[in-house]
Amino acid sequence: MTLLQVDGLSVHFRIRRGLLKGSDDVVHAVDDVSFTLEPGETLALVGESGCGKSTVARAVLQLVRPTSGSVSFMGRDVAGMKGGARRRMLRDAQVVFQDPYSSLNPRMTVHSLVSEPLRANTKLGAQELEDRVLSLLEMVGLGTQHLWRRPHEFSGGQCQRIAIARALALDPKLVVLDEPTSALDVSVQARILVLLDELQRRLGLAYLFIAHDLAVVQSMAKSIAVMYLGQVAEQGPAAEVFSEPRHPYTVALLNSSPSPDPEARATMRVLEGDVPSAVRPPAGCRFHPRCPFRMPICEREYPAPHGVGSRMVACHLPDDFDLTQLGSARAGEVADVAH
Amino acid sequence: MSSATPSTHLPACDAGAPAELLAVHDLRLQFRSMRGLVKALDGVDLTLHDGEILGLVGESGCGKTITGLAILGLLQRPQAEITAGAIMYRGDDLLTKSDAQMQKLRGRDISMVFQDPLASLNPVFAVGKQIEDVIRLHTRGSRREAREATYRALASVGLPADKDTFKRYPHQFSGGMRQRVCMAMALACGSPLLIADEPTTALDVTIQAQILNLLLKLRGELGVAQILITHNVGVAAQTCDRIAVMYAGSVVEEGPVGDVLNRPHHPYTIALYECLPHGRTATDLQTIPGTVPDLIDPPAGCRFHPRCTRVMERCSTEKPQPVSVAERHSVSCFWAAEKAGIQIDARRAPQADEGASHEDGASA
Repeated sequence: MTLLQVDGLSVHFRIRRGLLKGSDDVVHAVDDVSFTLEPGETLALVGESGCGKSTVARAVLQLVRPTSGSVSFMGRDVAGMKGGARRRMLRDAQVVFQDPYSSLNPRMTVHSLVSEPLRANTKLGAQELEDRVLSLLEMVGLGTQHLWRRPHEFSGGQCQRIAIARALALDPKLVVLDEPTSALDVSVQARILVLLDELQRRLGLAYLFIAHDLAVVQSMAKSIAVMYLGQVAEQGPAAEVFSEPRHPYTVALLNSSPSPDPEARATMRVLEGDVPSAVRPPAGCRFHPRCPFRMPICEREYPAPHGVGSRMVACHLPDDFDLTQLGSARAGEVADVAH
Repeated sequence: MSSATPSTHLPACDAGAPAELLAVHDLRLQFRSMRGLVKALDGVDLTLHDGEILGLVGESGCGKTITGLAILGLLQRPQAEITAGAIMYRGDDLLTKSDAQMQKLRGRDISMVFQDPLASLNPVFAVGKQIEDVIRLHTRGSRREAREATYRALASVGLPADKDTFKRYPHQFSGGMRQRVCMAMALACGSPLLIADEPTTALDVTIQAQILNLLLKLRGELGVAQILITHNVGVAAQTCDRIAVMYAGSVVEEGPVGDVLNRPHHPYTIALYECLPHGRTATDLQTIPGTVPDLIDPPAGCRFHPRCTRVMERCSTEKPQPVSVAERHSVSCFWAAEKAGIQIDARRAPQADEGASHEDGASA
C-alpha cells in the first residue's frame, strides 16, 4: 500500500496589507502539488528558498491546513482524522528539522528528550523505557555517557543524532527530514547521511527528504520532485532527472550547483534574475520570466504536468526538445571570463 | 595590478608571472577566553599573486574568517593576540602598521565583503550614499566626482547605475542584489584585493552562481585579486585559481585548485573530498572519524593526527613544516612528504623571519 499520497495540494496564506481590512494578499506557498511515497523509499523535494518544499512537509505533518487538495497517509485522508486515528498517524510520521539547537529543548537532558515521546505515547515500564532509550541512542551512534548531558554540550552533528533518535522513538513509518544536514559541515554531513541511509535499511523507513543541495539529494533519494514557486516543475526517478533533466529549471538548478571538480568548470551556467514573489506569482508558467526558452504560450497558460516516460514534467516545450543547446553557448561566456 | 593577466587554474611556468600581492607567513594567533587561551591560528601560510583568486577552504572553526580579519587588522585587541608571523602586502608587513595606517588601507587597498549583506549595510541610509561615503573617505575629489564614481561602482557589479538604485535602501533589494551593493562598496576605491567571506552562503544556488560569475568578472575586467573564504568545496573549485585547505588553525595544503582537489596530498584534503556527496550514494560516502579538536587544548604535533588514517609516530609530537610537492603546491604532512620522497623537517618554534624558503623546494 502507498504510504503517502498527496493530491493537488495547495496551501495559501493570507497576509494582511496595511492596518485596514479589505486588501489582504495571498501567498501562494504551494499550488497543486501531487506525489506518492512508497514504504521504505525516499522522495526528495528540492528547490530554492520559498519554493514551498517545507510547506508541503508541514501540510503532510498536519502542521498547516491545506487550502485545497488532500493528503492521505496509509490510505486514509488525514484531513478527516480525529482523536485516536490522528494521534496514531502523527506517531507514524515524524520529523527532523534543520537546526537541532532550536528543535531540542536546551533545558532537557538527552534522556528526557529521547524518552519524552515514549512517556507521552506508550505505557512502557521504567526498565523497558530505559532499555528503549539506550537502544535508540546506540542506533544513532551515541551511548550511556551522553544520557545526562544537555544539547549545548554537543556538537551540531551529535545534536542532529539526538533529534533523529527522538524521531525514531515511536517506530515511525515516515520521517520527514527538513534540511537535516544543511547546518552541518561536510564531514559531519557525510556521517549523518550514512547514518540515515543505514537506519532506513534497518528499519524500513520512508523519508520525505527536503533539501536545497542537489548533491545531497542525489546521494539519498530514489525519486525527486523539483519545485519552483510553489509548483512541481519536474518529478521522477532521481537518476533520470539528474542525468537527463526535462525542465529548463531543473537544468538551471543543476548547472548552478558548483561541482567540486575544477575540471568540470566550463559547465557552470547562470540563470538570470531573482525568484519572483509568491504573492503575485507570474501568470502562465511561473518560471517563464527567467526561462531561456520561453515562448508566448508560457506567459498565458500554466503547463499542466504531463507524463514523459516515468516522469511528470510541467513545461510547454516539446518532449524531445534539446535543453542543452543554449547551455553550451552560455558556458563559453563564463569560461571566457574565467581564463 | 596593471594588466593583470590572471593565470588559468593551471599555473603558468614562465618568468613573466604576476607579482606577489599578499603573503602570509607562519601566522599564529590566540584569543583570550573564559576557559583559557584559544590557539586559533597555528601556522597559516598563504601567497596570493596579482589578479589571482585564492580559495580558503575548511570546516567551521578552522580559522578561515579569522585569517581574513587578521589580514585586515580587524581583530579586537587585547583579546586577540598575534603571537608570530608576518602578513606581507606588496612587501610591507601589515602587522607593523599603526591603526591609523590600517584604517587608510582598508577599503582602498584591501576590502572585505561578508556572508550576510543585510548585516553589513546600514539600514537607514540609501545604498548610494553608503558607497559614496566610502569614496569620499578615501579620495579628495569633489562631491560630484564621488557621485560619478558611485555610479561606476554600481555598474561594475552589474547593478543599474541610475538614481533609482542610488536612492534605494538595503531592504528594498534581494539578497543577491545586496551582496552586489556590498561588492560595489568594497571595490569603489579600486582595491586590488578583495576578501570575500562566504559571500554566497546565504544565497540560493541560482543566485550564488550569479555572484560567483561576478567575482570572475571583477577579476577579469578589473584585475581584482581575491581571497574567497568558503566552506563549500564546489564554490572554490568553480571560482578559484588556487586553494588553501585549512584544518584547526593551520593551512594543511595550498596549491593550484586542479592539483589540490584532483591530486590531493594531505590526508585531510583527501578525506574532505571523499565526504562530498557529489556523485556518490550514501552507502559509499566516506567519513572522517572523530571530531574537530578543541583549540584551547589542541593535539600536540600535527593537529589532524588523532583523526588521520595515515598517522605516523612523529605526527603526535612534531608539527610538519610545509614542503613543496609541485610548482606552487605545498603540503604540511610527514606522510605526504615521505610518499613524495621529500625531506621534511618539523616546524621550528615561531619566528617572524621564517619566510618564503619553502616556496620553491624539492620539485625544482
